[in-house]
Amino acid sequence: MPWLMFVAELKWIKTGKKVYLDLAKAWARGVAIFFAIGAVSGTVLSFELGLLWPKFMEHAGAVIGMPFSWEGTAFFMEAIALGIFLYGRNRVNNRIHLISGLVVGIAGVLSGIFVIAANAWMNSPSGFDWINGQALNIDPVKAMFNKAWFQQALHMTIAAFASTSFAVAGIHAYMQLRHRGNDFHRKAVHIALAFGSVAAILQPISGDISAKNVAKLQPVKLAAMESLFKTSEPASLVIGGIPNMKEEKVEYGMHIPGLLSFLAHGDFTAEVEGLDKTKKEDWPPVAIVHYAFQIMVFMGMLMLGTGILFLAFMYKWKEKLDKRWWLKLLVWLTPTGFIAVEAGWIVTEVGRQPWIIYGIMKTRDAVTPMPGIQYSFYMITLIYILLTFLVFWLMRRQILAIHMNHQKNNPHD
Amino acid sequence: MTDIIIFVLGIAVLLYVLLGGADFGAGIVELFTGKKGIDTISKAIAPVWEANHIWLILAIVILFNGFPRVFTTITIYLHIPLFIVLIGVVLRGAAFTFRYYDILKDNTQKYYTQMFRLSSLITPFFLGVTLGAIILGKIPANVSGTFYEVFISPWLNLFTFVTGVFLTLLFGWLAAIYLIGEAHDGESYQTFAKTARIFFVLLVLAGLGVFLSAETFDLHLFRRFVQSSLATGSVISATLIIPFLWRNIKHRNTLQIRFLAGIQTACIISGWFAVQFPVMVFIAEGTPLTVWNSQAPERTLTLLVYALLIGILLILPAFAYLFKVFKFNK
Repeated sequence: MPWLMFVAELKWIKTGKKVYLDLAKAWARGVAIFFAIGAVSGTVLSFELGLLWPKFMEHAGAVIGMPFSWEGTAFFMEAIALGIFLYGRNRVNNRIHLISGLVVGIAGVLSGIFVIAANAWMNSPSGFDWINGQALNIDPVKAMFNKAWFQQALHMTIAAFASTSFAVAGIHAYMQLRHRGNDFHRKAVHIALAFGSVAAILQPISGDISAKNVAKLQPVKLAAMESLFKTSEPASLVIGGIPNMKEEKVEYGMHIPGLLSFLAHGDFTAEVEGLDKTKKEDWPPVAIVHYAFQIMVFMGMLMLGTGILFLAFMYKWKEKLDKRWWLKLLVWLTPTGFIAVEAGWIVTEVGRQPWIIYGIMKTRDAVTPMPGIQYSFYMITLIYILLTFLVFWLMRRQILAIHMNHQKNNPHD
Repeated sequence: MTDIIIFVLGIAVLLYVLLGGADFGAGIVELFTGKKGIDTISKAIAPVWEANHIWLILAIVILFNGFPRVFTTITIYLHIPLFIVLIGVVLRGAAFTFRYYDILKDNTQKYYTQMFRLSSLITPFFLGVTLGAIILGKIPANVSGTFYEVFISPWLNLFTFVTGVFLTLLFGWLAAIYLIGEAHDGESYQTFAKTARIFFVLLVLAGLGVFLSAETFDLHLFRRFVQSSLATGSVISATLIIPFLWRNIKHRNTLQIRFLAGIQTACIISGWFAVQFPVMVFIAEGTPLTVWNSQAPERTLTLLVYALLIGILLILPAFAYLFKVFKFNK
């Protein structure tokens, strides 16, 4: 989102067209609301690591705390730059104002990458020796640059761009449908999709890197994603389907022979490890991981197709970009990116179970010894559901109000 | 290495109290000034409150990276007050955001305002309760015992209650002090000055209350203050500043007031660090967690120091610039 805001600001400075200024201001408002909620949620997150998983943090703190301290720095820079961007328009000169917008974007991406280093470490623990239940010979640098870090950071960064861009494009497409020929919303859709289409096209490539890596690092997770119960050579790719846990097979799915072997190991005949290689008690909840993975890929494909269409239209058939069906399609795609992101996190987190640190520590051994922890969970869930509704409602109000404002000042738009 | 980390931790705590604390205090002050203060308060904290708040996150990260056992001990045994703090943090931030960023100002503002004020009051109180529990040393060495003994009694008592009140008043007082400088007309200046004076009197009383209630728990805070020259020096300096502060409030010297209040807060924090060091968490009938027995391995600490130093080199100039633009450049 800060990047969209930055591009709009840049275009305003370059072209001097007021519509871009309005757009930059409108998006800055969205960034402000999301960032504020993000800042307080970040506090919750840093505390909850200990409130929920003290046994995990006792060992992991010294190993993987370093990226968190870098993340803190990035977060700080983001907060400062955002303060200047939002409130400093008339207080600092144009160049500093523009740079502050860029810093918000860069710092935001960096802080995401740092936090993901910690998560990736849970999937691919490294940088320490686990001796008698203690982490010894700790090397935080090695822990941070663990084997899963690059692919997870890449995948999530692209996902963040794709999901935000498609959501923004969808909302403005909706407004454009209601007010045909409105230049403000038209430009908004174009900027958003410029980011979104590139991200959606790059994402399958990064997904392929991820899949190959997971096949190596966490074969059980890959087996659960694909519900591959038996080790197969070659293994077929299953699309959709319902995993039958009793008979250990997938029903109704579409099977493409050899494709899973190719996607996992780059060879149509390679052996792919199935769930049977792992003790049943160490299986993740197969069905959840399977469905989540299918949903993520499906959403990704929808965005990929739309992204390609957008680039094609921009290149050759510009008039198509104002067609009703196209705008309607964008409206339907508004939540796809966020659904994909959530599903993806379910794949990586649920797919790691029963481990919190893969192969080292079980999740049930990491949880706080305090009884009644479920109440704390219910409460925080309730608060976040409430906040979600409030944020939606608030954003809706902003979008409508911003539209009215723009309409008032530019009646012929 | 450890010394540098503790020093940075101290700075983070101090800056959080001075800046983030005052943002909470603004909500408390609003409880007293009502509608009159809303505009000044919102404008004053909007550009800076998120950045201010991150000092707390920094302190937490230093704890769990540098002193993981301290972090996990606090989060296990003081789960409940910390959880309330978190809820307060979320509600305060959300309420402020909803109130300030919303384009349309209508009836809904009323609810946000109430939520903002209430959470601004609850959060510092339970933060103070948590700090009180760390100082008091009723945290058990392990989880054997009833739920009440292990998870409630360490933080639910007179001493922690008084420290909670003390911290709340400190935050409110700081906010009132800063708001004197933000006031645009004589009337709101009077309101904030009066609030600052009342809060200050209450703060001194609460401070005495902390020492007195400590004695009833056989926690000889007073004796420990006298034994440490740094702590004694801090108390004396803080006291000596009072008349100057009072006079500057009267003459409306914005910069001096802020500076002196900052020094006093720094005295309070350094006094606390002086009597606490090297202990980080006092444990009932057991070895306390000290800086030395709970610190992470050497390599982790070294890397943490690098991260902190580089981070601070980046953050401080940017932070100073933020404040220059919004606080000293009117």
